Amino acid sequence: MTNPEPNATPDPSAPISEDERVERELRRRSRRGFLTAMLAGAAAYGGWRWLMTRPAIGDVPWPIRKMLQFNERVTGKLVSPNHRSREVPAATITAGGPRINGDIGLESDMELEQWRLQVAGTNLALRMEDLLALPAVTETIPLNCVEGWTTVARWTGIRLADFADKFYPAARKKAYVGMVTPNGQYYVGLDAPSAFHPQTLLCYAINNEPLTMAHGAPLRLLIPTKYGFKNLKCIGSIQFTNERPRDYWAEQGYDWFAGL
Amino acid sequence: MIWSGLMIYWADSDKGLVNGVYRIGWGQTTLFHFFPPGFWRALGLEFGLARGMSWHFFFVWFFAINGLLYALYLIISGEWRLLVPSRRDFVGAFQVVLHDLHLRKTPPPFVKYNPAQRIAYTLVVLMGGASLVTGLAIYRPVQLGWLTRILGGYQWARWEHFWLTMGFVLFFVIHVLQVMRAGWSNFRSMIAGVEIKETPEGTHDKP
Repeated sequence: MTNPEPNATPDPSAPISEDERVERELRRRSRRGFLTAMLAGAAAYGGWRWLMTRPAIGDVPWPIRKMLQFNERVTGKLVSPNHRSREVPAATITAGGPRINGDIGLESDMELEQWRLQVAGTNLALRMEDLLALPAVTETIPLNCVEGWTTVARWTGIRLADFADKFYPAARKKAYVGMVTPNGQYYVGLDAPSAFHPQTLLCYAINNEPLTMAHGAPLRLLIPTKYGFKNLKCIGSIQFTNERPRDYWAEQGYDWFAGL
Repeated sequence: MIWSGLMIYWADSDKGLVNGVYRIGWGQTTLFHFFPPGFWRALGLEFGLARGMSWHFFFVWFFAINGLLYALYLIISGEWRLLVPSRRDFVGAFQVVLHDLHLRKTPPPFVKYNPAQRIAYTLVVLMGGASLVTGLAIYRPVQLGWLTRILGGYQWARWEHFWLTMGFVLFFVIHVLQVMRAGWSNFRSMIAGVEIKETPEGTHDKP
């Protein structure tokens, strides 16, 4: 019997030893295994390159931003007045007052007497006395910074929900709340369930003292269900809207929702 | 996950915070601080908190789904029997260590994975689950407040998450060293799924 292409296919009738058969099978499986591993590695690298070269939304490649928004939808469902940040004993209050960690939007020469709280889209311009007419709420509660640390204080203020009910009831039908400092340099956006959460305060006193300038005098936001960067200091105006408000840190790559 | 995790750790790695989480120490005493400034500089991990977080909460889905599928595969295929250690394996693992340190002539008998491997591989799967749970407790400490409280609170959950990660790093280092030590045939078996061993004459199973 003659074979025109002796190397093309092994002649099945040719006797091969058991050792050789095993050796061939091992080579075949090794080749397949290493090829698969290399392809998987190349695919992972290609996928990473693709991901990192996508156009950015708020300084984050869009597939990642979409995933953050997906995470927000999944976990945002959990926000309800029943999920409260737990109050802590007075003994755990951070000595020397809560840590000061940002002054964006603050101005040291602000005239407190001139300050009014504006509600965007209305002609409301409220003075401190107007706000003090609402029931005072005090919470001894930790504030968690996105950097990882925690600071505890006794915060006093009025509920944002009470504020809306009294001065602008239509606000409760809106999907979002935005806040801006008087100079417009710092701004945050909040989802309505978090904003109208009973622990969310327009805060005017820390540890029984009026706010200092560094803590956002005369009025700041306390929202313990969000990272610290959502707790805007020195509120100039509040906006109740159905369009997602701009957020200072979300524009710089952080999650917009930033919930805890 | 670890790379993006490091970018997150960096933001709280300030040496001035003597009570920080990422250190070896107690009270005001710190024996070692994670990590020295040169570490962050050398790896270019500074000022990446936002990026680190966005990557972390993107890739966590791959981590979680991959881990879940692996665990399901182990259960459905019955392969878990080759992996989960029995009580006897704790003695066996000690014998493996003695053998690896050349203090014992023969390793204990085993099928596929030796007792030390069984313990390590089972532990690392459990650690993966624990990383997910502690991570969730850090991610949503208010909404999942019950979970965070079970783990000892927010800062303890961060501590646990960090040390689990250090465990993975330790596992990885030992794993790579052992693979290098075991040689080519073993490495090929990791990729190809099969390994050939010479059996002494006369012990072949007869067809």
